[in-house]
Amino acid sequence: MTVSTRQGELRRDISQAIGAFVVGMALLALFLLVAGFDVPASLTALWHGAFGSWYEFTSATLVRATPLIILGLAFTLGAKAGMLNIGMEGQFAAGAIAATWAGLQIGNAPPLIGVTITLVAAGLAGAVFVSIPTLLRARFGVTEVISTLLLNFVGAALVSWMVTGPLQEPTRSYPQSSAIGMAARLPHLGAGSRLHAGFLFAVFLALLLFILLNVTSWGFRIRAVGAGPRAAAIIGRMPVAGIGAWALLWSGALAGVGGGVEISGVSYALYQNLSPGYGFTAIAVALLGRLRPGLVLVSAILFGALEAGAAAMQRDAAVPAVAVQVVEAVVILVMLLSMRRRA
Amino acid sequence: MTLHLQQISKSYGPAAALRDVTFTAMPGQVHALLGENGAGKSTLMHIAYGMLRPDSGTINGKNGFDSPRAARAAGIGMVHQHFTSIAALTVAENIALTAGWCETGAAAVTRAALIVEQLGLPLPVSRHAENLSVQLRQRLEIVKALASDARTLLLDEPTAVLAPREVAELLEFLRVFAARGGTVVLITHKLDEVFRAADRVTVLRRGEVTLSDTLDLQTPRSLSRAMIGADIPAPGRTVGPRGKVLVRADQLILYGASSSPASFEIHAGEIVGVAAIDGNGQRELLRTIAGVDGVGITSGTLTVAAPVAFIPEDRTSEGMIGPFTLAENLLLGTLPRGASWIDWRAIHGQTETLLRTHDVRAAGSGALAESLSGGNQQKFVLARALAGNPQVIVAENPTRGLDLLATQSVHQALRDAAQRGAAVVVHSSDLDEVLEIADRLFVVARHEVTELPTNTSRDVVGDAMLAVATPR
Amino acid sequence: MSDPILPVAFAAAAVRVGTPLALAAIGETVTEKSGVINLGIEGAMLAGAFGGAAGAFHGGLAVGVVAGTVAGLIVATLFAIMAIGARADQVIAGTAITLGVTGLTGLLAQQVWGSAGAGLSLPTFPAWPLPVLEAAPFIGPVFFRQSPLTYACYLLIPATAWLLFHTRLGLEIRASGESSASAAAAGVAVGRTRTLATLFGGACAGLAGASLVLAQVGTFTERMTGGRGFIAIAIVALGRWHPWGVAIASLVFGGATALQYIFQASGTVIPYQLFIAMPYLLALAALGVAVGRHRGPAGLGRPH
Repeated sequence: MTVSTRQGELRRDISQAIGAFVVGMALLALFLLVAGFDVPASLTALWHGAFGSWYEFTSATLVRATPLIILGLAFTLGAKAGMLNIGMEGQFAAGAIAATWAGLQIGNAPPLIGVTITLVAAGLAGAVFVSIPTLLRARFGVTEVISTLLLNFVGAALVSWMVTGPLQEPTRSYPQSSAIGMAARLPHLGAGSRLHAGFLFAVFLALLLFILLNVTSWGFRIRAVGAGPRAAAIIGRMPVAGIGAWALLWSGALAGVGGGVEISGVSYALYQNLSPGYGFTAIAVALLGRLRPGLVLVSAILFGALEAGAAAMQRDAAVPAVAVQVVEAVVILVMLLSMRRRA
Repeated sequence: MTLHLQQISKSYGPAAALRDVTFTAMPGQVHALLGENGAGKSTLMHIAYGMLRPDSGTINGKNGFDSPRAARAAGIGMVHQHFTSIAALTVAENIALTAGWCETGAAAVTRAALIVEQLGLPLPVSRHAENLSVQLRQRLEIVKALASDARTLLLDEPTAVLAPREVAELLEFLRVFAARGGTVVLITHKLDEVFRAADRVTVLRRGEVTLSDTLDLQTPRSLSRAMIGADIPAPGRTVGPRGKVLVRADQLILYGASSSPASFEIHAGEIVGVAAIDGNGQRELLRTIAGVDGVGITSGTLTVAAPVAFIPEDRTSEGMIGPFTLAENLLLGTLPRGASWIDWRAIHGQTETLLRTHDVRAAGSGALAESLSGGNQQKFVLARALAGNPQVIVAENPTRGLDLLATQSVHQALRDAAQRGAAVVVHSSDLDEVLEIADRLFVVARHEVTELPTNTSRDVVGDAMLAVATPR
Repeated sequence: MSDPILPVAFAAAAVRVGTPLALAAIGETVTEKSGVINLGIEGAMLAGAFGGAAGAFHGGLAVGVVAGTVAGLIVATLFAIMAIGARADQVIAGTAITLGVTGLTGLLAQQVWGSAGAGLSLPTFPAWPLPVLEAAPFIGPVFFRQSPLTYACYLLIPATAWLLFHTRLGLEIRASGESSASAAAAGVAVGRTRTLATLFGGACAGLAGASLVLAQVGTFTERMTGGRGFIAIAIVALGRWHPWGVAIASLVFGGATALQYIFQASGTVIPYQLFIAMPYLLALAALGVAVGRHRGPAGLGRPH
């Protein structure tokens, strides 16, 4: 398919994304069949877990979609500038630690201020965490791919240390922190729902990123540096490395905010396995959304449904939840295959 | 060995690159293959060398070669337009790789030393290719092509990167090779090379043979007619009014103590042509004047009037962003510093105007840059550069890869800009182009800038380019 | 470290722990020399660990080694189809394949061993002391009382160096990695060469995973490779894309990993997580030092 205008691109992106997701689900079914699971029962459990009722959709699917939206946007922001941030899992952890720490200090601050401080702390932590790869790239030319990837493991070790050391709950019997103060918690949307204001915040971030990327000089510079670094430097006279570093820092900050929202809206405390691999799933989310904030939002909800369904599948059909990673992998690979035709 | 291509046709999609081309090169002869850019010369030779399969037609009675390896086994060697030696490998390893030797390491060095000796093309065989001069890299290309006993040698514009004296040496080598019974096909678009070296000539135009004959019956005019289809009137030379100084260099040194300082002034209305062989510092000089790419000034001062427009050599990677629309590409060159909202409607309007006034053929301001033809891309790059009414225009190889008409229109645009009072600095790897367009002539050799009168003979300019170009 | 046994025990542990890293890194060296960066070796290693465990579970140690290698080969085949056949972005394709293998091995482990998988106990290779050599002071107990897989690694290092720098195939691999266009112009079948190099890397990573299970841990758990494949990629850069350099770098990383066993046992006040994080931090530092001074193959990561 040859495309020579932007409208053509949008239509193509959407149809390819749908195709990729369908192929991914089909392969999951095939793997389940080959591995000897009861396929109809598994898929039914998956569906019910994600879309079974309004409660499931909001309290399971959208709750899980929330970090995926934010992290998907984080990857999008970096990738638009040509920086592949594969370390969102680590920045998410750093953000969660900072949010927990801030949330424990806050006490009786007014809620809006408390939440703001918590999320800003999380964003700062994410940025600090990604500043190491940023620096390594700027000073030594180390590709951010591997450095961010390695820091994921450091992030996990850091959380593990925090919940058994400095941030451990006072009785020192569980590897987790105490619950953060009420002021640091995001309010729920409706009684009896687990869906929290973080979801709306994530939707707002998607809108914000859309505007920034498309109608501001700031976003234009990021897109130019990613799409044509040489031309950006020579015709646009832009400081390419600086803009790339800037985008990577903001990408890390966003990923940190993702961790903060998870603490502030869902778990209220730091645990060892807070993220079931959101940082990696978000790569699939962003690629499926073709690095378009609006589509990223939709694809994050799709993957949120998958994650929610996977939990139900594990509970009701004894299929390990990691199985959905197969779908994610397939989605990424299929999207890659369709994206390369662009070149 | 005779190379006989019979009724070769090749299409890319709907566009026919070659139509029923029959071409015969005989042993003992240098056969020039002449034509404009895009006439199909390279495509024809890539087919002869097994890099492409023809849609129809035969090579020496067969269906063509499956691969370069098969062509080499049949005694055909090729020197490509761009260097194909691998920088990080040694000369010997590069030869071994192409010739298909099993020897590596010391054994390959010994064998390579023997080969260059036999061919009479001396090379430092254990040195890494990245440390060779341009002429020696070119020589390595020829050795690679001949290392597996090729008796037919195809050369694709081998002289583009060489200085006149080096060109003479190369042509002499080809004469000798042919005299010993070899078959040579020399692709070129330079008429003088044809008359200096060839026995026969075939001219391609838009994928078809328009002339194939022995050279002694031809004149430059008959060949240029066959190439272009009609006589192209030489454009009137309009020397603009010499105005105030827009570029002033005072004791300028860009590359450390090894080069002597340059002082020059460039006035409004002048076109300065810069002649140089690749890698002699002309790129740094131009880019420093244009204020891009961050080349450091070691000492001295350089004052350039703003605004400066720069037309980079590589339009697809440096001149524009392929997956961006034309409107976005226009904004790339006109975005003000600092933070601002973007008024896309206005930018699309400006783009449409630009496309109309500069006759850029595109589907509109929303068309992706990569969907344009090379000539239209270059027109767009030039139009954007001129849109800001620049005081100084710096252009690197602004006509590379363009056909004759597009080249004419680029030259005219640059002349018009000078006429309006801009100072224009143009470099082209093609000395003839520099001589054609320049009001003043700079030669950059070994990072030193010298000015020569424009009526200096071609050979003297060539010597100036070369005198310091070969490492001593 | 007043105990005179400790340095020897530490060094021997460094060699033992470094073996899977070295195996994976040597394979990746060949892959990267051909111009392909395969982040999927983490997945290939995990598949190798699973294959090794499953093979050993059903057919004994030798079957485990073969099964692990074959599993790595299969994963690398998938990567080669994507990255070389379809010219997809190598970094993202590799990451996705690792992700997919993590899910798949989790699924299969559940199926093969059920939820009791955590208690799975497999036979492991005993140390095979090499006659004569093992008696050498320090060097003997450190290098020559190891598992046969470590010895296989000793053989692989010079063999790979010879392959890369003294054979026609090696020349073609290096040419493909420096400039695929020039290599192709010289008549090298770049796609085939890169595929071979990638498959070799996958087989080595599979063997590395098998050695992790069969010479070190003795069980299979979800995500058990824990980023060793990624560390191997850093090792390749630190080792300057040369088998001998890679061997030395692997030893350094083996040592960094072995530290945690010693310090965990000695009960210091330093949190053990620091030692867990150590190899990754070291890899980061190594990349800064190594990449700054020496660039890898010029065409690394670029599709042909």
